[in-house]
Amino acid sequence: MTESPNIDKDLIPVLKTVSDPEIPVLSVLALGVIREAIEVNGVVKIKLTPTYSGCPAMDVISDDLKKAFEDVGKKAEVELVLSPAWSTDWISEEGLQKMEEYGIARPLSETHDKDVLLGNKKMVKCPQCGSTNTHLVSQFGSTACKALFKCDDCHEPFDYFKCLK
Amino acid sequence: MNNLYNYLLTIADNSLILAQRLGELCGHGPSLETDIAITNISLDLLGQTRSYYQYAAKLVGENKTEDDIAFLRIERDYKNCLLVEQPNTHFGFVIGRQYLFDVYHYMLMEKLQNSPDENLAAIAKKGIKEVSYHKRFSGDWVKRLGDGTEESNKKMQEAIDDLWRYTDELFYLTDTEKEVIKEGIGIDVSSFKEEYYKEVSELLTEATLTVPENKYFTKGGKEGVHTEHMGYILAELQYMQRTYPNMNW
Repeated sequence: MTESPNIDKDLIPVLKTVSDPEIPVLSVLALGVIREAIEVNGVVKIKLTPTYSGCPAMDVISDDLKKAFEDVGKKAEVELVLSPAWSTDWISEEGLQKMEEYGIARPLSETHDKDVLLGNKKMVKCPQCGSTNTHLVSQFGSTACKALFKCDDCHEPFDYFKCLK
Repeated sequence: MNNLYNYLLTIADNSLILAQRLGELCGHGPSLETDIAITNISLDLLGQTRSYYQYAAKLVGENKTEDDIAFLRIERDYKNCLLVEQPNTHFGFVIGRQYLFDVYHYMLMEKLQNSPDENLAAIAKKGIKEVSYHKRFSGDWVKRLGDGTEESNKKMQEAIDDLWRYTDELFYLTDTEKEVIKEGIGIDVSSFKEEYYKEVSELLTEATLTVPENKYFTKGGKEGVHTEHMGYILAELQYMQRTYPNMNW
């Protein structure tokens, strides 16, 4: 995706304080779900896009955003937009690194993703020990956006953030 | 406007009722991983349902919300096909029902993402990414069970044989659909019927299952005439809103 979201620089410090409740180390900015944030006549207008249609975190994020702006004396309105659909490409490099440190393996490219989810190839790196000697336990993990893996070297189970394009 | 509203229900009710059926398995799946997978799929479908219903509620206006559409209709007003309301008899049925629906659902989303109606196209573009995961999951399980043990093969075959009669309805066009197709917004589902049976038959064969040959098909759900299971689903689904009207979380 080439289009970058239209975000007012002045609003970034506040946006940075709001994180994904499922992956607390990731701010909504790093996750790429904020598609627009501008101030119009003293009201902050935010366009938020869901990672998955049924993602229950969206309602929480929406409330958290309003609260965060309220705390700095601003009124915020949040609108949910579906198009263009969110992609894992929109997670920032910094976000991906934080995610790995948190214990979630980062999404691979689309072709590689298919290979590992079909169990054809071992490519997902264990976030604990760094080994790629890992296997898929389930295509669906603790949340809609993750798959469940297990490392065959350190034997730790871990989440893999599924590629979505 | 009325046509579009009804058309949205035709698509969304399938997702709602199937999500409800899958939700019944929460905590009851045959293994932890399949339990989580099935409820994940249920959640995706419910999320898609919300998008359609929110759009439909906007069309109606009068302060209607997605919840009114989900919870406060009578059985005859639900437009889902008969396939999705069939019970979770055993795991073979859960997987068979899912696979037979997923293949159809994927083909529908593929077409719908090009609809000139921006809202519908956006929901489909979002949904198709999720549905591709659903189809991969259910297809894999059909193969695993079909080409598994004698017992799993027997049960998978039994489910496919029983559910086959509901597949033809997926491609039946209601008057509402004919109208929205004329308006250029709706999708002519009958256009990918052949492609559907081809894809399903190939996978069943790969799974060492027999493609059913029965030519007796049943329909009615899309017109609001449901099987005996529907009332029980709604009783559970609507309980809270019927008992405590207007309650909120």
